[in-house]
Amino acid sequence: MLDAPNSGKKLVEVQGLKMHFPIYAGLFKTRVGEVKAVDGVSFHIYERETLGLVGESGCGKSTCGRAILRLYEPTDGSIRIDGEEIAKAGPDRLRQMRPTMQMVFQDPQASLNPRMTVAGIIGEPLDEHAKLSKREKLERIYELMDAVGLNRNFANRYPHEFSGGQRQRIGIARALALNPKFIVCDEPIAALDVSIQAQVVNLLEDLQEQFGLTYLFISHDLSMVRHIADRVAVMYLGQIAELAPRDPLYETPLHPYTQALLSAVPEPDPREETRRTRILLKGDVPSPSNPPRGCNFCTRCPQVMDICSREEPEFREVQPGRYVACHLYNETTTTAGQTAASEAQSA
Amino acid sequence: MPDGAATVLDVKGLKTIFRTRSGEVHAVNSVSFDLKPGELLGVVGESGSGKSVTMMSLIGLLPSPPAEVRDGQVLFDELDLLKCTEEQLRAVRGARIGFIFQDPMTSLNPVFNVGFQIMEPLRKHMGMDKKRAADRAVELLELVGIPDARRRLRDYPHQFSGGMRQRVMIAIALACDPKVLIADEPTTALDVTIQAQIIELIKELREKLGMAIVWITHDLGVIAGIADRVLVMYGGQVVEHAPVKELFANPQHPYTRALLETIPHVRGERAARLNVIEGQPPIMHAPPAACPFSARCPVSFDRCTQENPPRYPVGNGHDVACFWDPATGEPRHA
Repeated sequence: MLDAPNSGKKLVEVQGLKMHFPIYAGLFKTRVGEVKAVDGVSFHIYERETLGLVGESGCGKSTCGRAILRLYEPTDGSIRIDGEEIAKAGPDRLRQMRPTMQMVFQDPQASLNPRMTVAGIIGEPLDEHAKLSKREKLERIYELMDAVGLNRNFANRYPHEFSGGQRQRIGIARALALNPKFIVCDEPIAALDVSIQAQVVNLLEDLQEQFGLTYLFISHDLSMVRHIADRVAVMYLGQIAELAPRDPLYETPLHPYTQALLSAVPEPDPREETRRTRILLKGDVPSPSNPPRGCNFCTRCPQVMDICSREEPEFREVQPGRYVACHLYNETTTTAGQTAASEAQSA
Repeated sequence: MPDGAATVLDVKGLKTIFRTRSGEVHAVNSVSFDLKPGELLGVVGESGSGKSVTMMSLIGLLPSPPAEVRDGQVLFDELDLLKCTEEQLRAVRGARIGFIFQDPMTSLNPVFNVGFQIMEPLRKHMGMDKKRAADRAVELLELVGIPDARRRLRDYPHQFSGGMRQRVMIAIALACDPKVLIADEPTTALDVTIQAQIIELIKELREKLGMAIVWITHDLGVIAGIADRVLVMYGGQVVEHAPVKELFANPQHPYTRALLETIPHVRGERAARLNVIEGQPPIMHAPPAACPFSARCPVSFDRCTQENPPRYPVGNGHDVACFWDPATGEPRHA
């Protein structure tokens, strides 16, 4: 894994992405509102980099990942992958782009067809997008199985004959089949046991190095994201609250939400746990169909100010490479914000 | 493990099997543990390690068939729960032993309002009338931190968020002032910030009400923060048992050690590469004739594949089911 943001080529650029789902109600199913699952998200991912996208359930992180690959029709915004605008690309153009961008899904049980053999599953993208002879195709399937650590002899078995970790390997092999540049990993380890998670994460890292892959790693597991990601974006209620390189984000989180989120993660060390004070957030996440006015975190923020419920904070770069959407870091109040961050650290 | 203090729950040699089409599965193999009043016992293990099945077996919550509690003794309040009739058990469950399940959506009944569901055990076990039960239900909802409690009694489970639903589950489990609360992955389905709220709540309630708690989880971080003692389960057995600080400071079983090394941390040093436990957890189709971890164990030797190790005491209320001694780096002489 490459630690420093490298060469600087942006493989993925997302600008102002919005994904709203309409709500219909009543006898005539009239449109009464919309769920703003993703509401104006901008970021980029450098080539060969892993961007971690974290947040709690319902914050829109998976929707964001799917919208970027055009598994949904985005409401608004621009998505450029490898220089191609795909947010508005037509079906033919999109189909040509598909091999470049692939996805690994959360639930390997649900995302593999139970009636297809492993060879069938891994070979399907090759049937669709590559012109290979039968022999070449089988050779490629074996190659992929080797790459993800599956025994070649199992090529004719069905998904139910495999364990969760092995099924996830099948899903990864399928995503790799067309030599993609960019893979969205949507909670790829959430359904796996602790001892199996490490196996899959190490595999993803090895494959990244071997094939020069770029990942968007979506997860709610903050410790795993710290392990695998180079930069991390924290989402809350359809927007990015903070985006920063990994180490500064975990060491000195700026946004009050990031601070609370990190402090809520329990530490597997009893001495540490008795010493540590948590920032406890009050209440629940508001509904994305009716987000609060102003900053969307203002209803739960421990450092809320007057301005927060009036004006939406701008998502801006406050330090080189560090973006945050919070009024604590407005130019006039920068010093106050920095004190707040350092206080949270020492607490 | 005699330790002066009386025990509220004493489990000895519990064995539970499932009859499946592909033969018997030995889900729980000779599990023994005790629980002292007011104590929080953490049970850690991966899926299939037998941690939930153990607790379900105690109070006859497993459907039989396919499950069968084959052997063992569960002493609670001078009763052997495994020998009780269904009627006796019903008087214990929900009254003197409370249960919280993992998924608050599926364990609350969607067609009854939460008031009814909190009042049900109060009326059944405590013989309260409707009015008194309703008052007590309001008290309980306030206790678990649900605002506007009286009005919310009439709400249905789907009108609550995940964290709030789990609070309702806790209120139901606490309704009859149980001596023992069994919490099966109570925070696994919740987000971290909500998990932190629920953990704080249970800590607080435990101080206030003084019940003993068994907390089942796969998350070592959660255990580190709340447990007094910990059982580590693997392949249907207790492989290690120790006070929480001792377990994290001085893990003895190769599985516990590997598990602690495999998890990434959100604070402190960041490992460049994760340590991996190779292989898969076992499915026990026969009573274990060998150590269940031997196939994945980095230090296993001949004896591990020929015998199932007993739990060796290693001091300080710490015992471990392993033939290998990490202190000497050699097989144990015992």
